[in-house]
Amino acid sequence: MHRNNPASLWSLIVANPQPCSRLIVGEGGNATWVELAARTVFDCNFDELGGSSIVLAAADQLAAAAALIQLDGLARRIVLYPPDLPREHLGYVAKTAEADLILTDDETLAVDGVRVECVARCAPGSMQHAVDRGSGVETEWILLTSGTTGLPKLVVHTLATLTGAIGRGVQSSSAVWSTFYDIRRYGGLQIFLRAVLGGTTLVLKSAKESIGEFLTRAGEVGITHILGTPSHWRSMLMSDAARRIAPEYVRLSGEISDQAILNQLRGLYPNAKLVHAFASTEAGVVFEVKDGLMGFPAEIVGNIPNVETKLEGGTLRVRSSRIAFRYLGADSPSLKDENGFVDTGDAIEDRDGRCYFVGRRDGTINIGGLKVHPEEVEAVINRHPDVRVSLVRMKKNPIMGGLVIADVVLKTQPQAAGEGTRTLQKEILQFCRGELAQHKVPAAINFVTALTVSESGKLIRHA
Amino acid sequence: MSLTMDVKSEVIAQFRQVAEEQNKQLAPLTDDLPLFDTGLDSLCFAIVVVRLEIALGVDPFNSAEGARFPVTFGDFIGFYENASQ
Repeated sequence: MHRNNPASLWSLIVANPQPCSRLIVGEGGNATWVELAARTVFDCNFDELGGSSIVLAAADQLAAAAALIQLDGLARRIVLYPPDLPREHLGYVAKTAEADLILTDDETLAVDGVRVECVARCAPGSMQHAVDRGSGVETEWILLTSGTTGLPKLVVHTLATLTGAIGRGVQSSSAVWSTFYDIRRYGGLQIFLRAVLGGTTLVLKSAKESIGEFLTRAGEVGITHILGTPSHWRSMLMSDAARRIAPEYVRLSGEISDQAILNQLRGLYPNAKLVHAFASTEAGVVFEVKDGLMGFPAEIVGNIPNVETKLEGGTLRVRSSRIAFRYLGADSPSLKDENGFVDTGDAIEDRDGRCYFVGRRDGTINIGGLKVHPEEVEAVINRHPDVRVSLVRMKKNPIMGGLVIADVVLKTQPQAAGEGTRTLQKEILQFCRGELAQHKVPAAINFVTALTVSESGKLIRHA
Repeated sequence: MSLTMDVKSEVIAQFRQVAEEQNKQLAPLTDDLPLFDTGLDSLCFAIVVVRLEIALGVDPFNSAEGARFPVTFGDFIGFYENASQ
């Protein structure tokens, strides 16, 4: 793709129309790519959107997909606001992105100082007049990721960086893609873009569907390629519906895949290609591992086509045309070092030629693809009047991959485990729920008599 | 109380508490009830598993490499009873 003559999503669909390929979201949510490109979903005057900065905060994925296809190459900037991100951050995000307007399908939404417009629900036949497009611009795509302060970070990409890992014409056009992810998250967006570029059908889970309903529908459509985080896959394995799909290609990303989940999937889909990928919102898609084993061969480092990688200070650093440009916002840290490398922050250990991920260098916990900073959670727990000190850590979990656990030292030691202990645990959790996003609330409170403190007076954290 | 009763009652207690905390409507827990029809979602199950490990001292999922994950509530109880023996 040439930087000075960017092809927009819209022009890619128009240049390669596939009349039968479509986007299917939930029961009845259904449109071909050509339909999504040909009409507008906007209630407001479409001409006004050219050159503006837009926060796309629609709950409905079909409406969001249509808006992305129509706005890329037209808007100056699109912020992909995930439906699971608390709405209270909308004002901050709009301000940081210098947004001209927020596009939503929630008619009750109001944000101080920002214009709010509705996108039409994308039911079949609901789309209106044809789109009149001016000359193209290279639109910034802004993805949101969790920051240390509790406010989201705004990561700047373009269609060129986002599609850098997607080969053209590699996949057969008979592929039917699917993902458990929302397309407003990096992993889901990759699959969305693969389907658009490849002109293939894509099946997405609607928010209203259970995992069983989604898999039943995906099985009926005959999906062939599917992506999820290890947490998505673990919860799927607990459902009967896992056998209703027969994928040729199973992909994991967003969290570290362990051997147990790889073995489970190998057992369930013995003929599928099983691939786990290492990617992040900032670093883009870095590499894929196809041998069905956890970790990756050490010789991968420095030998990935089109991606430079190195281990420095124990963490993996990445430079490629797929990495993000920068964070938005005046006080934001820099995303790359002076040589253009992104520090993934993922600590790596080389054991006899195979490299393994051994946690985050900064102690960040990854919960189903969302970040948790232990210090933020500890600060809340420590405000409880009965708590002396706490240590928040990740506990491996078969269903979610990992969960947040708090070891808590009380000011007065409780009597042996009993009702009093249970009540206090409940009370501390209640306190956390009032202060923290759901994925940051500890799954369990574990009372301990002491925590280990280093000579420098810091809590000793173990990976 | 037998060991079996102990495990079962602890599992039921945790299902109830987590359902309450996460504002989920818990279905009547019968042995043939599929886990995903109990009213709990995957986050709830993850929390139940962690708390059961603290309460019972076992995490049967952790040693389940290759074994089939439980699908019904009865499977789930059996999974913990086997691990606790």
